Amino acid sequence: MNLTASRVKFGQSVKRQEDGRFLRGKGRYVDDMILPGQLYAAFVRSPMAHARITGIDADHAASMPGVERVLTARDLVAAGLPPLPCGWAITSRDGTPMKVGVRHALALDKVRYVGEPVALVVARTQAQAKDAAEAVIVDYDDLPAMVDVLDAMAEGAGLIHDEIDANCAFDWEIGDAAATEAAFAGAAHRIALTLRNNRLVPNAIEPRAINAGWDGSSEELTVYMTHQNPIGMRMFYAAAFGLAAEHKLRMVSPDVGGGFGSKAHNYPEEVAVTFAAKLVDGPVKWTADRSEAFLTDAHGRDHLTDVELALDGQGRFLALRVDTRANVGAYLSSSGSLVPTYMYATMLSGQYAIPAIHARVRAIYSSTCPVDAYRGAGRPEAAYVIERIVDVAARELGINPAEIRRRNFIREFPYQTPVVYQYDSGDYEKSLDAALELAHYAGFAGRRAESERHGKLRGIGLAAYVEACGIGPSAKLAKLGSGAGMWESAEVRVHPIGTVEVLTGAHSHGQGHATTFAQVVSDRFGIPIENVSVIQGDTARVQAGTGTYGSRASVGMSATLRACDRIIDKGKRIAAHLMGVDYDAVEFDDGLFSSKDSNVTIAFAEMAYAAHAAASFPTDEIEPGLVATSFFDPPEFTYPAGVYVCEVEIDPDTGTVEVASFCAADDFGNVANPMIVEGQVHGGVTQGIGQALWENALYDADTGQLMSASFMDYGMPRAQGVPDYKLVFSGVPSPSNPLGMKGCGEAGAIGAPPAIINAVCNALDVRHVDMPATPEKIWRLCRQGKAG
Amino acid sequence: MYDFTYRRPADLAEARAILAGDEGAQPLSGGQTLIPVLRARLAMPAVLVDLTALDELKGIAAEGGRILIPAATTHAEVAASGTVREHCRALAALAGGIGDPQVRHRGTIGGSVANNDPAACYPSACLALDAEIRTDRRRIAAPDFFSGMFQTVLEPGEIVTAVSFPACRGAHYEKFPNPASRFALIAVFAARLAGETRLAVTGGGTGVFRWHEGERAADGNGDLSEAALDEGRFTGDLHASVEYRMHLTRVMAQRALAKIH
Repeated sequence: MNLTASRVKFGQSVKRQEDGRFLRGKGRYVDDMILPGQLYAAFVRSPMAHARITGIDADHAASMPGVERVLTARDLVAAGLPPLPCGWAITSRDGTPMKVGVRHALALDKVRYVGEPVALVVARTQAQAKDAAEAVIVDYDDLPAMVDVLDAMAEGAGLIHDEIDANCAFDWEIGDAAATEAAFAGAAHRIALTLRNNRLVPNAIEPRAINAGWDGSSEELTVYMTHQNPIGMRMFYAAAFGLAAEHKLRMVSPDVGGGFGSKAHNYPEEVAVTFAAKLVDGPVKWTADRSEAFLTDAHGRDHLTDVELALDGQGRFLALRVDTRANVGAYLSSSGSLVPTYMYATMLSGQYAIPAIHARVRAIYSSTCPVDAYRGAGRPEAAYVIERIVDVAARELGINPAEIRRRNFIREFPYQTPVVYQYDSGDYEKSLDAALELAHYAGFAGRRAESERHGKLRGIGLAAYVEACGIGPSAKLAKLGSGAGMWESAEVRVHPIGTVEVLTGAHSHGQGHATTFAQVVSDRFGIPIENVSVIQGDTARVQAGTGTYGSRASVGMSATLRACDRIIDKGKRIAAHLMGVDYDAVEFDDGLFSSKDSNVTIAFAEMAYAAHAAASFPTDEIEPGLVATSFFDPPEFTYPAGVYVCEVEIDPDTGTVEVASFCAADDFGNVANPMIVEGQVHGGVTQGIGQALWENALYDADTGQLMSASFMDYGMPRAQGVPDYKLVFSGVPSPSNPLGMKGCGEAGAIGAPPAIINAVCNALDVRHVDMPATPEKIWRLCRQGKAG
Repeated sequence: MYDFTYRRPADLAEARAILAGDEGAQPLSGGQTLIPVLRARLAMPAVLVDLTALDELKGIAAEGGRILIPAATTHAEVAASGTVREHCRALAALAGGIGDPQVRHRGTIGGSVANNDPAACYPSACLALDAEIRTDRRRIAAPDFFSGMFQTVLEPGEIVTAVSFPACRGAHYEKFPNPASRFALIAVFAARLAGETRLAVTGGGTGVFRWHEGERAADGNGDLSEAALDEGRFTGDLHASVEYRMHLTRVMAQRALAKIH
């Protein structure tokens, strides 16, 4: 069936409407834009991990050919440009507010990570800007680097921020410490584990880019920026930095080549470039090169965690205790305080009924790139903690890993966890059974024997994850520390000939909104999908919205559905006049207004024309036009969940881990487009395999240099390293939005790492292996196993 | 990248003249190493002399029991060459496993051997097969050509024109790729040449080398597990320790031998 051009339904695997232009090279990215009088920026970056700046000599650089301006932090401070804010307020256990290290857009008195911007050069060409940047002389007094969280926490460690004791941004807790302690005291079994969640580099294929300039004609500051949330950035640039008033600031995020969270943040470079553009009165462009991306795109993860699980004699969970030290890097990034707290510790109940939970999280500064949201953002760290400790418990109590999970699943919904969230819906056992069947779990022993015949070790691993998506209910989030409402808007404009534009603040940077949002409209209005355009990413066209991150497109799609319903309602009112029947007697179905009281029917396009012609209904009662807007604020989060089963085959002579099979049973609620959702799971799982086996942002402990700072040394996953995925969607509709959707973008990256490491531990018959499970690490374990 | 002048000479004589006339001139032969270096502003040659368009450096040929691979031949061309496959399948397989398709369609054999990256694939084949590296001024036997990591005996302005390999059907290249770069973390080119086993190791860190003790063991009882291996040939880095690289050398060599015996 050709589904590329026709009326389509929500839930159909419609081909992506946007792929034609992407595949033909017609995508339009920030770096593609050259504005009249274009100037270019280059940054002078710190080569040191931790040092005092004792002097900056930019005189020669300023006199070099083509150079318009050299800026340092002193210029920004003198002009009153405020430091970068952290968007989420966290309160420590002792009631004190979190301690935010001052982060200027350019380093003022100290540098705190390799690559931190120290000065900015604006010149007429990119080469001139880079030449001059090299000529800026910065004098440093070296200070000891502290890249590991334990080094930064050590007694007598130096201070990253002179005013922040013990390098601790906050010492926060959640849950009931006393109840947890009591449960542990009476437990038959206590299983403990220490694990690390490795630091990752996001590596969007399109690096960060900005082109900012003052438009003298419109008297607007226009900023083209590759970003996941341009409307939010407009508010930030207006309210937090005063770069322009909000109504005089146009923010445009055109096509964006991947984000994974790393483009949802507020970065110092972009603020500095925008400030410089105003100063030199010309458009200034900066596009990060890949080295800059490695050094300065906010990293992900980097947790050190002690976890302990209490169980009764039947293997039922009684309590969970977690102590996490989160390495937040040199500064608290935009969501740097949110990710290791409310995005992480609130998910520690996993899919299980655990009567008591207590988690302590210390956020520790270090001389490394700041850490922020990266695909999953806190939820992968939580799933890893819970799914590893559950697996270790199964191993040590001699219970099958599937059985111990089954025994402890939450079965009644809604379910209030001991850590804030109330899960809306789910059927965890259904996903488990589906995943086990997909993976032919029962036949594993035979496959293991077959691997052994070839000298290989085979292991199988399960992971059951749950996450909170559809962010989110604004009032609840405000109570948790959010500074912004998290609804989404959609405006549906019907043109006189019946074609439709959807304008939404949701932002697609690979997710396929041009297709899925249009599917909602095509389905609801009964019109061809090619008659629908989805408009995003330009504040001159879309005025209100919150952007896309945290698998929350269901919020914008729900707003779209509501706006469509408002259009239909107005159409019914007009139809009542045209048909001469009561409003209540008008029905709309399959693209047609009709009534049992009339033999007149009106097609959607005819209604569009009638609404604009305004000739056949009283305009004092019904206004002409056919436009509707909805702001959808979800009543609750959604809780996607699933079970993954992974098999690995290990070559004990080399330590190579091959992912032999990967099966996923996901509950994403109702699914807009199964083909696109499969793609999201493929991508997420692949990133999860990358984290588990290869990826590692490794800093040198002495120098603080990033050792894996290019694709030569940072192990990105490749197509040849991943198997054909087997997927099944066992959807339980969410009650939290009118479409019953839950969210799918991050699931793979959340569930895959524990599934893989559980399989690796199963293959090697060991208790734990830290990620990434590199060949040498595995070889050493194999060798120990042989020796032991 | 700093400014440089790009030259595309019409023939070898012009290329030689440009390189001889300008100390800051450097040959460019695919650029799969040099261009990233330039992009990172780690080198500033005044002139780049692109050799890849020269007809004299193209056209794989079999001659007298040897295969002649001109310097500007891309890895993809070697991998797909019927001549190479017929006379030394292992060499075609090696070329087909370098980097990714983009690299294989740009990178050349001349560029690879002249650069002598200690983790590159080609130098191991050259050493194991007793290849002859031909330049615009002389012919150099492979053991004399590679002189250390990123070092060769090439003189300033000297241009590699071709690499000549003996036909060898009893050969196999076994590579353990670096998970990030796909360069050799350790790789061994094994060959049976004139009744003797040859083992050349790349990826150790200090430059390609022949493992003579391993060769003797291979020609003896065939067990490499106890053959002496010079620790000084290896360095450790974030991907692999010296110990692990030495272990992988044994494993890769043994696997390569199993494929040819």
